[in-house]
Amino acid sequence: MFGRDEKVSAIRLTAAQYIILGIFLVLAYGLWRLQVMQSDYYSLAAEKNRIRNVPILAPRGKILDREGRTIVDNYPSFSALLLRDSSRDLVADADLIAQGLHLDPNEVRARIRRFASMPQYQPIFLKEDITPDELAFIDAHRNELPELDTIMAHRRLYPRNGFMAHLIGYVGEVTEDMLNQPQFELYGPGDMVGVSGVERQYNSVLMGKNGSRRALVNSHGREVGRLDETPAEPGKQLKLTIDIDLQIAAEQALEGKNGAIVAMDPRTGEVLAMVSRPTFDPNDFSVRISRDEWNKLVTDPDKPLLNKAIQAQLAPGSTFKIIMATAGWQEGIAQTLHVNCAGSAEFYGRRFGCWVKSGHGAVDIEKAIYQSCDVFFYTLAEKLGIDRIAKYATALGLGQKTGIDLPNEVSGVMPSEEWKIRNFKQKWFAGETISVGIGQGAVAITPVQLTRAIAAISMGGRMVVPHVVDPDGIPAGYVEVSHYTEVKNIPIEPSGWNLITDAMSRVLLPEGTAPSAHVPGIDIAGKTGSAQIVSLATRAKFKNSDDLAQNGWFVGFTPRRNPDIIVCVLFQGGEHGKLAARLATQVIKAFVDKQRRTPNKMVEKPKSGNVDMGALWTMPDGGGHQDKLESGRFAVALPKKPLVAATAAPGIH
Amino acid sequence: MSRYVSFRDFDWLLLVFVLIICGLGVMEIQSATQHTKFAGSHIKQIYWVLGGVGMMFLMSLINYQALLEQIHWFYIAGVGSLMAVLVFGQKYLGARRWIKMPGGNNHFQPSEWVKIILILAVAKYFADMRQRELSWSDFIKAGAIVGFPMLLVLAQPDLGTALTYVPIAIMGVFLGGLQWKQGLAVGLLAAVAVGAVFFTPRVHVLKSYQKQRLTSFLEPDADPQGSGYQVTQSLIAVGSGGLWGGKGSQTHGAFLPVPQTDFIFAAFAEEHGFVGALGVLLLYFIVLMRLTQNAQTAPDRAGTFVVMGVVAVLSFHILVNVGMVVGFMPVTGIPLPLMSYGGSSVLFMFLALGMVMNVRMRRFVN
Repeated sequence: MFGRDEKVSAIRLTAAQYIILGIFLVLAYGLWRLQVMQSDYYSLAAEKNRIRNVPILAPRGKILDREGRTIVDNYPSFSALLLRDSSRDLVADADLIAQGLHLDPNEVRARIRRFASMPQYQPIFLKEDITPDELAFIDAHRNELPELDTIMAHRRLYPRNGFMAHLIGYVGEVTEDMLNQPQFELYGPGDMVGVSGVERQYNSVLMGKNGSRRALVNSHGREVGRLDETPAEPGKQLKLTIDIDLQIAAEQALEGKNGAIVAMDPRTGEVLAMVSRPTFDPNDFSVRISRDEWNKLVTDPDKPLLNKAIQAQLAPGSTFKIIMATAGWQEGIAQTLHVNCAGSAEFYGRRFGCWVKSGHGAVDIEKAIYQSCDVFFYTLAEKLGIDRIAKYATALGLGQKTGIDLPNEVSGVMPSEEWKIRNFKQKWFAGETISVGIGQGAVAITPVQLTRAIAAISMGGRMVVPHVVDPDGIPAGYVEVSHYTEVKNIPIEPSGWNLITDAMSRVLLPEGTAPSAHVPGIDIAGKTGSAQIVSLATRAKFKNSDDLAQNGWFVGFTPRRNPDIIVCVLFQGGEHGKLAARLATQVIKAFVDKQRRTPNKMVEKPKSGNVDMGALWTMPDGGGHQDKLESGRFAVALPKKPLVAATAAPGIH
Repeated sequence: MSRYVSFRDFDWLLLVFVLIICGLGVMEIQSATQHTKFAGSHIKQIYWVLGGVGMMFLMSLINYQALLEQIHWFYIAGVGSLMAVLVFGQKYLGARRWIKMPGGNNHFQPSEWVKIILILAVAKYFADMRQRELSWSDFIKAGAIVGFPMLLVLAQPDLGTALTYVPIAIMGVFLGGLQWKQGLAVGLLAAVAVGAVFFTPRVHVLKSYQKQRLTSFLEPDADPQGSGYQVTQSLIAVGSGGLWGGKGSQTHGAFLPVPQTDFIFAAFAEEHGFVGALGVLLLYFIVLMRLTQNAQTAPDRAGTFVVMGVVAVLSFHILVNVGMVVGFMPVTGIPLPLMSYGGSSVLFMFLALGMVMNVRMRRFVN
C-alpha cells in the first residue's frame, strides 16, 4: 500500500517550487524598490555619508607696530584628540594616554564614557594646545595608540606679561548671540573672533576667510581622499601707529603701578603708546581661561580688564586749568586777571582753599599755570560761569568720546547748566562752578580725552582724532577709517596759546610744580594735576588709607612749539602730579633719545642726487677789510653710498 | 549497485551555475576587502571553494542510502559535538560557537555540519513513514529531531544558525503530508510564541542584542548609529547602486559592515546595480529549480527528502540574507550561501550539493 518507493506528492513539490518563486519575486521587488524607485534618495544618502565639508581655518592677520615689527603673531597649536575606532579598547589605553598627555586617567575615562553615546565619527577632544613633548609622545606611539590623533589650529601669540594687552585685546570663541547678528554672518560656531581691543575693532580686517575642503571619508571619519578645496584667505596684516620702543618705555614707567599712559603725535592723532595698569595676560584667553582666573580678573578692585586710557572717567584735577586758561584768554578775561592768593578765598558764602596753604601772593595767568594756583582759577571760573567753561571744554572734546578706534570708549562728563537739568532735574548752583574751575566737581574725563584736548591747545587749536591703526594700511571696504585723518580747528588766539605753552614749560623748572621731573636738554611743556577721588572730609576719616589716595595727573609735550609728542599720565593713588610727571618724562625722554639716535631723514630718504639746502656764509669784500654776510641756496651732490650714521659720539668707544 | 554509478550522471550543469555564483562571490570579496585588513580573503575563499568541490565529489561517492542506515549514529555524534561546543568551545564575541582544531588557526563550527545530519535524519524519518497523511505524533517526533539540536545551538547563543534548522523540519513535514489544520495550528502557535518572546519583558529567551537587532529592523532610523546602523547602511548601499551599479562608496568607505560576509549581497548590489543583483538572484533561482528537478527524479522517497532538505536550507538562507539586505528581514547574521566569505558555510554548501549529486547519480538504480 505505502512503501519506501512511493513517490513524494508531485503537487507538493510543485507547490514548493512556487513558494520559492514567490520568495524570489518578493526579494526582486525589494531590490527594485531600493535600486530603481528610491535610488535617488539613497544615492544622496551615500554622498552625505562619504563627503564631509572640512573647514580650513584662515589664520588671523599679524599685528605690527609702526615700523613693521611684529607684536602679535600666530603659532601652530596642536590639540590631542581621540578617534573612536571600534578596534581599540579606549578605556584600557586610558592610563597610557593620560600619562603621556599629563592628564588624570580617571578624567580621560570619564570623558570616553561621556562621549559613548555620541556618533562614532565625532572625535573626543582630550587636550588643547599640547606641549612639544606631548606632541612627541603622540608621534612616538602611532602604532601602539593609533586612536590618538592631533589637529592643528593657528592660535594667537600675544606678548607676555600683559604687554599692550588692553590695546591689542584678545580673541575668543564667537558666542551664540554674535552669530545671530548680521556682521558675523561669515562665522560658524567655534570660530575665533576679536573680543576686545584692536582684535575686536579691526576684526574684519584681521580675520580672513575660512576655506573649506570637500573630503572623502570612511565610516570612521578618516579622510581617504579629497574632492576639491577652497583655500583659506588669511587675514590682513594690521599696522598700528604704536612704536614698540615707546610702548616699552611707557610699560616700564607704569610697572607695578595703577593707572594709564597715552602717548600721541599731536600733529596726526597717531597713538604712539598706550598702557593701562594693572594688566592681564591675553594668552590665557587664547586657549581657555579657567573660571577661577576669570573671577579673579573680574572681581579685582583695580579692574585689570579695563583699558583705563579710554575707560577710566576721573576728575582731571589741575590739568583742567589749561582748558580754563584757554577759555579765559579767548573770552578776554585771563589777560588782565590778577589775583592775590592768600591760601584760600570765599565764593558764594563758602571758603575754597588753595593747595598752597600759605598762598601764592600776587598771581597772573602765567604764574597761575606753573604754580597751579587754585584761587586764581576759582576766580576765573566765577567770572566765566559754567556755560562758558563748558563751551570751550566741549569744543576741545571733553565729556565726549574722542572716536578712537578702540571698542567701548566712554564719554566722561563735562557739566553745564543744561546737563544738570537734563540728568538731575536740578538747577545748577553757582558754587559748583568754582570746583569745576580746578577740575574737580562733576567733571570726569578719560586720559585720551585729556591728551587730545591739550594736544589741540599745544597745536594752536588744531584738533585731531586719536587712532591706533595706520589708516593708510587698511584696505578699502573693511572698516571706515577716513575720519581718523579729519582735523577740527578750534579758534585759539596765537598770543594765548603762546603764553599758555610758555607757562607750561616752566612747570618743570625750579619755580614750577614738578621741578623733579625736569630732564636736561629736553624742552618739555606740561601741567600736573592731583585730583581728589572723594571729598576732603571723607578723606580725613580714612587717613593713610591707600584706597583713598589722590590720583596724580600729568600732561606734557615736547618741544614747546610744534610738538612731536604729547604724553598723558594717570597715576592712580599717585598723590601728586609731580610723580606722574616723572613717569611722563621717562616716556618723553625715550622718544627724544630714539629720535636723536635715528639717522637724519635727509640722509635716509634721497639715496643719491642733489639736495637743495639754504646757507649763510661770509665773503671778504673787494677792499679786504670787512666781511660781508651773504645768503643763498646750494645744490649739494650726495655721495652714491649712503652716509654712515654715527651711533656714538666720535672718540667714545 | 555501485557499478551503475557514473560521473556521467553527475549534475555538471548545476555545478557550473554553482561555480558561477562562487566566482561572483570571490570577485566581490576581493573588491570589498581591498585596502582593508581582510585583504586577500578572496584567495582563501578560492581554496575553500576548491576544497568544497573536492568534498562534494567525495560525498557523492558514498551511497546516501548507506548513510541513512547509519544516521542515528551521526545524529548522536552531531548532538554530542554541539554539547562539546557548549562545554569546551572558544568564546568569541560573547558566544561559544567554535571548536579550535588541533594544528593551525582553524576553527570548526559544529552547528554547520549538524545541518547536513538533520537533513539526512529528517529524510530518513519521513522516508520510513508508513502513511500518506501526517499524524500528530509524527509531527511532534519530526519536530523533536530538529528541535533538540536547535535548542543546543540557541544556547551558544546563535539564533541565526538555529533558525536555519527550522526550514528543514518545515520542508519535511510539508512534503511528508502535512494536513491543513496542522499547518494552521502550528502557524498560530508560532505567531503566539514570537509575540510572547517579543512583548513579554520577563522572558529572556532572546539576548538583548538579539532583540535589539530585531527591533532595529522594524525601525532602523530610531538608532541610526547603533543597532540600526547596519540596516541603514545596507539600504543606502543597495539603493545607491541604482539600475546599473555605482561607485561603491558604501562598501569601500567601510560604511557597510562586514561587506565580505553577511552583507556581501549589499556590496554586490551597490557595485553592480539592480541588473547585477537581479542576475545573481536569477542564478540562485536556476540552482534551486535544478535542485527541485533532481528531487523529482530521485530514485526513492528518501532521496527526494534529502534534496528538498538542501533546497529548504538554501532558500531559507537566501530569503533571510537578501531579505535583510533589502530591509525586509532583521539582521540575524546568516551568510549568503556560496557567495559569503567563510569556510564553514562554503564547505556545508558543497557537502549538501554532494548529497544532491549522490542522489542524482543513483536515479536509475532500482
